[in-house]
Amino acid sequence: MAEKLFYFLTFLALASGLMVVVSRNPVHSVLYLILTFFSLSGHYILLNAQFLAAVNIIVYAGAIMVLFLFVIMFLNMRTHNEPMAPIWAQLAAVVSAGLVLMVLVAATKASSPALEAVADTDSFDSQIGLVQTLGQTLFSQYLIPFELTSILFLVAIVGAVYLGRREPGERNSF
Amino acid sequence: MQDLPEVVRLIPITHYLLFASALFCIGMLGVLIRRNALILFMCIELMLNSVNLLLTSFATYRSDAAGQVFVFFIMAVAAAEVAVGLAIIVMIYRNIKTTNVNLLSRLKW
Repeated sequence: MAEKLFYFLTFLALASGLMVVVSRNPVHSVLYLILTFFSLSGHYILLNAQFLAAVNIIVYAGAIMVLFLFVIMFLNMRTHNEPMAPIWAQLAAVVSAGLVLMVLVAATKASSPALEAVADTDSFDSQIGLVQTLGQTLFSQYLIPFELTSILFLVAIVGAVYLGRREPGERNSF
Repeated sequence: MQDLPEVVRLIPITHYLLFASALFCIGMLGVLIRRNALILFMCIELMLNSVNLLLTSFATYRSDAAGQVFVFFIMAVAAAEVAVGLAIIVMIYRNIKTTNVNLLSRLKW
């Protein structure tokens, strides 16, 4: 069961990820990206990481993608003048992405014996992805990085507001 | 000691590695062939998510909570990045009325 679900979710994520890249309409790209995020959340649930699955849906599919959709509709993008790279650059991009994939797959194959030899059953804890365990780790061991994240958000808010403000003398700019 | 989860027993971690590599390469392909700044951002999100999935799978297979905490931080940073990045894109659109990144290469020379 878990195996079938894994391959189904993998196929779904890869197919919708590819559709994000190839679809000409930016709104379709956003919708396919949301599908990718949902299948990745399915993967997180399979991996016993319920907290990350929930955060992934809320933050990515909920907040970030809505922001993307909002900006796309705000800028009123047309499909017919959707800019693409020239055809030789696209070919070069496919070749280089394929080469990177080849290198990564070869590295995985070369190191797979070392990677497979894990799963030490004596000390294995399958509950690490639950909110309780993760919260205890986050608020004891990683308390300072967590608080620094809030400063990062403050900086991001100030930056976004500063960049988005209307410049003096500029009227009716859209 | 607890039982191993079904995924850890049935799926070798190399499958997760291959899946995350493929997803990362799809995102890279998108960054290289698309010229719309918004789509480039989406492809960067795709790459970030593939790395997140890899971190989570290693955290589960080695039963180490630090990996999942790190994924949480990556998500927070990605949210901040998107907020600022989209503000920059809107500002660029206001000035040059397009989001084609080819027209933004003047800083290079």
